[in-house]
Amino acid sequence: MTAENNQPLLSVRNLRIEFPTRRGTLVAVDDISFDIAPGEILGVVGESGAGKSLTGAAIIGLLEPPGRIAQGEILLEGRRIDDLPYEEIRRIRGRQIGAIFQDPLTSLNPLYSVSRQLTETIQTHLSMNERQARERALELLEEVGIPGASERIDHYPHQFSGGMRQRVVIALALCAEPRLIIADEPTTALDVSIQAQIISLLKRLCNDHGTAVMLVTHDMGVIAEAADRVAVMYSGRIAEIGPVQEVVRAAKHPYTHGLMGSIPHIGHHVDQLTQIEGSMPRLQEIPPGCPFNPRCEQVSERCYVERPNLQVAEKSEVACHLFDAPGLEVRAGD
Amino acid sequence: MIAFLVRRLLQAIAVMAVVAFCAFFMFQFVGDPVNQMVAEDATEEDRQYLRESLGLNDPIPVQFAKFALNAAQGNYGISYQHKRPVAALILERMPATLELAITAAVIAALLGVPAGVYTGLRRFGFTSKLIMTLSLIGISLPTFLIGILLIYLFAVILGWLPSFGRGEVTHLGAWETNFLSISGIKSLILPAITLALFQMTFIMRLIRSEMLEVLRTDFIKFARARGLHNRAINYGHALKNTLVPVITIIGLQLGSLIAFAIITETVFQWPGMGQLFLQAVQVVDIPIMSAYLIMIAFFFVVINLIVDMLYYVVDPRLRIDQPGGGGGHG
Repeated sequence: MTAENNQPLLSVRNLRIEFPTRRGTLVAVDDISFDIAPGEILGVVGESGAGKSLTGAAIIGLLEPPGRIAQGEILLEGRRIDDLPYEEIRRIRGRQIGAIFQDPLTSLNPLYSVSRQLTETIQTHLSMNERQARERALELLEEVGIPGASERIDHYPHQFSGGMRQRVVIALALCAEPRLIIADEPTTALDVSIQAQIISLLKRLCNDHGTAVMLVTHDMGVIAEAADRVAVMYSGRIAEIGPVQEVVRAAKHPYTHGLMGSIPHIGHHVDQLTQIEGSMPRLQEIPPGCPFNPRCEQVSERCYVERPNLQVAEKSEVACHLFDAPGLEVRAGD
Repeated sequence: MIAFLVRRLLQAIAVMAVVAFCAFFMFQFVGDPVNQMVAEDATEEDRQYLRESLGLNDPIPVQFAKFALNAAQGNYGISYQHKRPVAALILERMPATLELAITAAVIAALLGVPAGVYTGLRRFGFTSKLIMTLSLIGISLPTFLIGILLIYLFAVILGWLPSFGRGEVTHLGAWETNFLSISGIKSLILPAITLALFQMTFIMRLIRSEMLEVLRTDFIKFARARGLHNRAINYGHALKNTLVPVITIIGLQLGSLIAFAIITETVFQWPGMGQLFLQAVQVVDIPIMSAYLIMIAFFFVVINLIVDMLYYVVDPRLRIDQPGGGGGHG
């Protein structure tokens, strides 16, 4: 929580991502802003299609065409990186911003040994000879907890289990000691028993190296476990962002409320889990005003016409008309 | 690996036995060779004598046993037409066909692979679209037409290259080669391009579609996210992953190049095996036809065997008997 006194490591300002299609332009991410402080773990949570992964891809410059950044800027340590020429953003990828993707089974090239993939990445970013790179690769594998790393380093990806492969992926992302890691659903494809191990490994490594993480997931449990702050995304916008305790324990946005209500708690007996009626609108059907208005239980006239902006509410920021300062009929929290 | 090789060898032998049987059966069904061989005023005794001396009066199983035994030793009998051993006839012609086919394969691979990678990477570029459109010509124009057009342009109008024959060949022992004389190389250019054009466009389109497939995979995305150089991603990671299907196709295509060089050899009057075969068909010279059939089958079987072994080189997932497979839990 050093965001207040230091310059943020990453700063996303008014980012808007569009997909031009024949039937008009789809806005997948609509005017979002957030910061990540050095060493901080920011959880980004939301349903599929909320724009979480696209935001991550935009930060490392890997938006797939025809998707494009239509507006806004992305700053890494105060330097704008969203408009860099290809070669410069390539040098940032892996060196300053690492990435981990969802499926460890398919993230590794099946035809190359783990050592070859590690040394290739290391030598791309650091000036090391073959032997030094191999030593570093071995250290990394040991650090991510691969048992018998010195024997397994020359094995091929198919010789590792899913959880082990995700450890290799993490080692690859850490190769050149990046300041920030974009982890896009890093545990979704793994067994539940392994998910917790990978999350705690990621948390420990980032703590040791002072690496910040943007942890994209739809799993609130993962967020509660690992994140310092959390951003809740809905229909390409940030609904609520704040310290993880605050958002989990005292959710403000009705959508966040619904999300928290849908998590089962051990010890609390409930007959039925709460669920949010309806589903997130498709990109071409986002209603005017607040995108959550068709599903919101506390909807008012204003929500259909005016889009709520993020505003401070206690320790969080929330985009909901219920928290408008001058709006007198505010019902804080309930 | 050893078990796999042995299995493949047994399969290869089985395939060759079936082909030999087909080749043998041609003798039973395709016309009466004696008619082609005797003079018009031959008597019935002359015919019978010839039948007996050719072994055509033996029972069929005996004939096949003799045939298979001889074939395995490289003895395919005497050509009815040329009155010389078939094996010698074919061996004489083989260098011409092999040089043509291999040159064509090399041209096809050297141009087809980079063009495929390029069009795969720059899918929407103008040059890519141009190459793709032009490649339709290679895919759709028949070989003989391309050959004739090339002859018309380069031999008739421009007069740069010879329109037929092998030109001057150099003898290296029993092998006659085109590669050691200017005239030989010039003669090789047009037929090789004619033969290569279809294969080249085929390889290019195959690599392009495989590249498009591979470039969408997660490991390419992850390689980009690690900031690897484009060259390393495109050639080291993506192209290598297209190789297994590409090797298969190129291997099979090399077989077809040898087997179906017939048309190109006819257009360019190339003195290869295809021409020999075509003449044999016209005069029902069955020993040559059956030997050709067996030999082409043999080429296919050998190439397939090599391709199967190359899989092992390219793809570590197939080397299952390597130690340390599986194991380890996260």
